[in-house]
Amino acid sequence: MVGYILRRLLLALPVLAGISLLSFSLVRLVPGDTVTAMLGMNYTEEQAATLRRELGLDRSLAVQYGRWAARAIRGDLGASHFTGLPVTGAILERLPVTLQLAGGAVLLALLIALPLGVAGAARRGGAVDAAASGVGILGLSVPNFWLGTLLILFFSMTLGWLPSGGFVPFGIDPVENLRSMILPTCALAAAVCAVLVRMIRSSVIEVLDQDYILMAEAKGCSPARVVWRHALRNAMIPVITVLGIQVGYLLGGSVVIEAVFSLPGIGQLALQAISNRDYVLLQGVILFVGSAFLAINLVVDVLYAALNPAIRVGGPS
Amino acid sequence: MRAFTWSMVMANRLALTGGLILAFFAVAALFAPWLAPRDPYEIVPASMLATPGAEHWLGADQLGRDLFSRMMYGARISFHVGLVAVGIALTAGTLLGVAAGYLGGWVDAVISRIVDTLFSIPDILLALAVMAVLGPDLTNVMLAIGIVYTPIFARIARGSTLEVKQRLFIEAARSIGSTHATIVFRHILPAISAPLMIQASLSFAFAILAEAALSFLGFGVEPDTPSWGILLNQGKDLMDRAWWLAVFPGLAITLAVFSFNVVGDGLRDALDPRVVKGT
Amino acid sequence: MTQPLLDIRNLSVGFVRDGMTHLAVQAVSLSVGRGEIVGLVGESGCGKSLTAKAVMGLIGRKPGQVAGGDIRFEGRNLLEATDREIQALRGHRIAMIFQDPMTSLNPVFTIGNQIAEVPRIHEGAPANEAWATAVSALEQVGIAEASTRARQVPFEFSGGMRQRAVIAMGLAGHPDLLLADEPTTALDVTVQAQILDLLKQLRDRTGCGILLITHDLGVVAETCDRVAVMYAGRIVEEASVKELFARPRHPYTDGLFRAVPTLERTGRLEPIPGQPPDLDSIPAQGCPFRDRCPLAESQCADTMPPLVGCNNHRVACWKREVGS
Repeated sequence: MVGYILRRLLLALPVLAGISLLSFSLVRLVPGDTVTAMLGMNYTEEQAATLRRELGLDRSLAVQYGRWAARAIRGDLGASHFTGLPVTGAILERLPVTLQLAGGAVLLALLIALPLGVAGAARRGGAVDAAASGVGILGLSVPNFWLGTLLILFFSMTLGWLPSGGFVPFGIDPVENLRSMILPTCALAAAVCAVLVRMIRSSVIEVLDQDYILMAEAKGCSPARVVWRHALRNAMIPVITVLGIQVGYLLGGSVVIEAVFSLPGIGQLALQAISNRDYVLLQGVILFVGSAFLAINLVVDVLYAALNPAIRVGGPS
Repeated sequence: MRAFTWSMVMANRLALTGGLILAFFAVAALFAPWLAPRDPYEIVPASMLATPGAEHWLGADQLGRDLFSRMMYGARISFHVGLVAVGIALTAGTLLGVAAGYLGGWVDAVISRIVDTLFSIPDILLALAVMAVLGPDLTNVMLAIGIVYTPIFARIARGSTLEVKQRLFIEAARSIGSTHATIVFRHILPAISAPLMIQASLSFAFAILAEAALSFLGFGVEPDTPSWGILLNQGKDLMDRAWWLAVFPGLAITLAVFSFNVVGDGLRDALDPRVVKGT
Repeated sequence: MTQPLLDIRNLSVGFVRDGMTHLAVQAVSLSVGRGEIVGLVGESGCGKSLTAKAVMGLIGRKPGQVAGGDIRFEGRNLLEATDREIQALRGHRIAMIFQDPMTSLNPVFTIGNQIAEVPRIHEGAPANEAWATAVSALEQVGIAEASTRARQVPFEFSGGMRQRAVIAMGLAGHPDLLLADEPTTALDVTVQAQILDLLKQLRDRTGCGILLITHDLGVVAETCDRVAVMYAGRIVEEASVKELFARPRHPYTDGLFRAVPTLERTGRLEPIPGQPPDLDSIPAQGCPFRDRCPLAESQCADTMPPLVGCNNHRVACWKREVGS
């Protein structure tokens, strides 16, 4: 298992390098001169020169990348050109909002998808199965920003039950925090829930066909015990991997959902960076989000290995 | 055995429904200039925020422009973006994937790591980043979405190519002196086309969603274009007064995405022998 | 005569395919007494495993269904029992050992955990007692260092050890009836002999009845008291092992013996010509073996011969009645 994890880590390193190169080259790819693009219409030659020096743009690309990467490894992503504040600080400040949103969405999605997918698989063709299939296809088809819009239209404008946007930190007012997060969490969770329902359902169906399930029945396990104890844990092994990939959707989806509900998260930060042509900030956000995706997937790989006896026991990977 | 046939019929029926909806959208998109009841850009002060009814089937916006007509032109944009973006992704992805799978070695290693890298940046964020570099414009939207969905095709093409390469007939083909080109075009491409077609249908759905999302966020097509995402974006601000402006464009996106999804699922059931039928 | 432990009468199991019912098991009658090991022999697909699964009530979730007959366990008809009653019997009074030890164990739970589940469900035993039962069951089937081994997952067990674990799982409920479906097929010969030995010891110690399903006449000779030969869903011959090996009557049984190498017979092996019929092509009337039978005549195509003879030997063949 240690070997397996090390191999995963080793595979992640070039990808991390790739992400850093990608976000680094972003600033250099902007058509025309980055500096003039950043400064807009009114600037003096002097300002441009200063900015160029500050950005290190007067050096060769390799040197620029090396300097930037060395600082990035230490957690220094430079300073925003719009606000002048450190990018790392800005990201960390926004992180809790996105974490709460994405984490809540995963939890909610699992909470719905797990019973629905398992029960649907256990009684194929039944009413629950039909509901599972419905969630599986509708959740994938409804755009999250429209779902968010509809939720606002219905629950805040028409019924007036929940706020239509804005964020209250949990530490300041827990109740208001939760109230403000309900709708965005639901909007973000729908697609994840759909993917999970489909995956869990088909995985459970496959596992239920295995000999050890027949064995469990022959032992005298009740149907519920067979499904929830003997089938579920095996069925979750492939689902775990899908969950890791879904993190990517969640991080991207929160960009949209944060915009719909005016939540000051990392997604909003990215949008702001683009609007303000704040490329240093944008590259920092992309590097951060890409690395977070990699890190989460490494955790998922470890979880996968821990759940999967074939790997845990040191068998072939 | 009976349940098996029944679920297949159901799956086909869903796919058929999806196909019909798509045909409807395609007709609307193709013939919008002739079929649209009104000029989508025509400002009619008397119809400001008109409710859905006989005059304006789906209502009108704050400038009195007919929503139904605008949505027909929106279908044009969505399908255009989808077609071009998926075309870019399919071509580039297949090229990369087949090269990686067929050549192997360091080519495979490099391409695979590039694909992994693109995969690890969330699609919307990657598209936004590309748009930030290229600037908001319809062509750039198609390019950005094409780039974002290239990796999935590359991954599928690589996997299928490897599988085909293992199979004996390639060995046989090589031994009678086939060139690499013959092997790739005669054997590999036909054999990997089924999974790529399935993915193309699913990616079409993603592309429509992505265009709408980019436009909704204000980083997609120009704001005066009646794309579904733009319509929804503008409708959202008016939804306290005119719910239809926020509801109908979203419904159109949902229907289109739904249709491409079920058609993709149907294709998979029909084309992919490895998938257990009826699940 | 005392009541047999298991008494199957006229059991038929069918599959519905394209609106037609195909009988995979037809009018099978078979009994197993306490302390008796009964062999059920036949080629794969002849319906022997299905018969065992019908006894366990494990048919029904899949497309198969019991079409008729009685399955009496200690006089009680299992086909009329509720799901809950069947669940209480399974693994407790009646246990089944499956064919493939590589796939019958759940890969994510420890061996001990899987065995301990039996006393936990059936006796409501507390965790530590159930665990002790599991460890002692593993010891009984000859697994060394059972308490350490119990904490391992199936992946860490060899094929022979897994089969032992599966048998231990059967033992853990102290069953009165054990259905062993090809328990040694997947194993190599030395392990095979050990497992068969284990089954005999078990019978001697607990007095349980065992139905041993196999395609291997050697296994039957070594282990069983009585044997039934099955062909295309029907029992075609039934006798004590001694009697059957001394005087096989049915042409199919004959053929089976001729196809097995022995020390006495040094000549060529004679495989039975042709293939056993698939589920779809079992003839609706007449003897199913007639197409491969050297003795077949017109009568065989018209009517299925009844299984007749004395208690010690019964055969279903128009040409080879017992005593003729």
